[in-house]
Amino acid sequence: MNDYMKKTDIYGKIWIWSAVVVILMVPVAICVAYDAWPEISGVLKGLIGVAPIFWTVGVIEVITYTPMLGTGGTYLAFVTGNLTSLKAPSALNAMENAEVKPGTEEGEVVSTIAIATSSIVTTLIIALGVFGLSAIAPILDSPVLKPAFDNILPALFGGLGVVYISKNWKLSVAPIVFMVVLFLCVPALSGSVGILVPVGIAIALIAGRIMYKKGMI
Amino acid sequence: MNFSPNSTFMYIIAACVIVFVLAQSAFFLVRAYKRGKEIGLSAAKLKKTIISTTVFTIAPAISILLGVVVLAEFLGIPLPWIRLSVIGALTYELPAAQTTANALNVEVSELITDPKVYSAIAWVMTLGIMPSIILPPILMKKIQGGMIKIRNKDSKWGDIFQTSLFLGMISAFLGLVFSDVRNGLAGWIPIFVLIVSAAAMGVCGLLIKKFNMKWLETYALSISMLVAMVFAVIITPVIVK
Repeated sequence: MNDYMKKTDIYGKIWIWSAVVVILMVPVAICVAYDAWPEISGVLKGLIGVAPIFWTVGVIEVITYTPMLGTGGTYLAFVTGNLTSLKAPSALNAMENAEVKPGTEEGEVVSTIAIATSSIVTTLIIALGVFGLSAIAPILDSPVLKPAFDNILPALFGGLGVVYISKNWKLSVAPIVFMVVLFLCVPALSGSVGILVPVGIAIALIAGRIMYKKGMI
Repeated sequence: MNFSPNSTFMYIIAACVIVFVLAQSAFFLVRAYKRGKEIGLSAAKLKKTIISTTVFTIAPAISILLGVVVLAEFLGIPLPWIRLSVIGALTYELPAAQTTANALNVEVSELITDPKVYSAIAWVMTLGIMPSIILPPILMKKIQGGMIKIRNKDSKWGDIFQTSLFLGMISAFLGLVFSDVRNGLAGWIPIFVLIVSAAAMGVCGLLIKKFNMKWLETYALSISMLVAMVFAVIITPVIVK
């Protein structure tokens, strides 16, 4: 590991632990300012409802996205959120366009720039939107535009997918066929797509290993 | 202090968090940009990355803003603003708020006026998402070390391994698009949108290669996404009557 990567790791840790404090301070500030400490039982009941799923997804996301996004990108993306719908696709698209490989230092740099830019733009758009919310909410919420935002994931993954799949089509066949068949047979899984990402990865890896050993890729 | 989910105090907290996120992003952006130049990436390439990502981010960011609109109905504006600027995503925040409100026998159809309910929801949203932020610094060395080991042992397999990670993610989301097919023609809309997006990207690719329109590379993904979203707006009222 060179000096830049080592420092990225150290700075990343400082920022992310600071973020933990900042994020925890939000509910603490609310409780102190309004003298509104909630009943622990209420918080626990709420947590029991969501924590088992979200903690599991959280662990899975950290393991799956860290090698994709690189060190700096990971420390930033996990603070700013919206990984699958925004940060990971923007990093991937940027590395493709810049013709750098993920996992290399060039990839690390481009991925970090993409995630940082995406975070800043998102934060600014939300901030601008919040101040003009009364004016733009009726437009955003209009039934005419609803289908556009309902379909943002297929609109994103169609374009992204075609580039990546056409370049790696042999490796793509097994995980895509598996996932399409799985979702056709068990549509209820649509809420658990976060858990299915590592399943897709495992299938791509197994198929990739077999093809690699046989000299097919 | 009198409680209101839209109080000035809450806006001040939100502003502090937003400044923190912007500072962290700017810090990493400047560092990576400088390093990029040092290791020989051209300024043009780095700028192209920034412009391309900026344009690409606009549509998804507006969709995140829509999440703020949804949550603001019962949580006011500042808390959803904080949550969706840091770590959160609507798919997580909404169930977290609803589950807690249910546990406390509160309806989420109107603005919350009880500070204790509000703070309980804030705690559940915060604690529920903690592993995503605590684990990266703890696991980073192990995960990145593992990747380096794989790459050093066999660099070609290392590349295939890395590609498989992205393909696993893409395949899961491509599969997801097919989950509503059983609901009749309306369930096919996401698939049509996916195909239109892929086709638009294909056209962009052709223009880039055949007509040497290199500049289009920067906007190709944004254009195909936008074309597909406009297509969704046109096709949905035709199919769903």
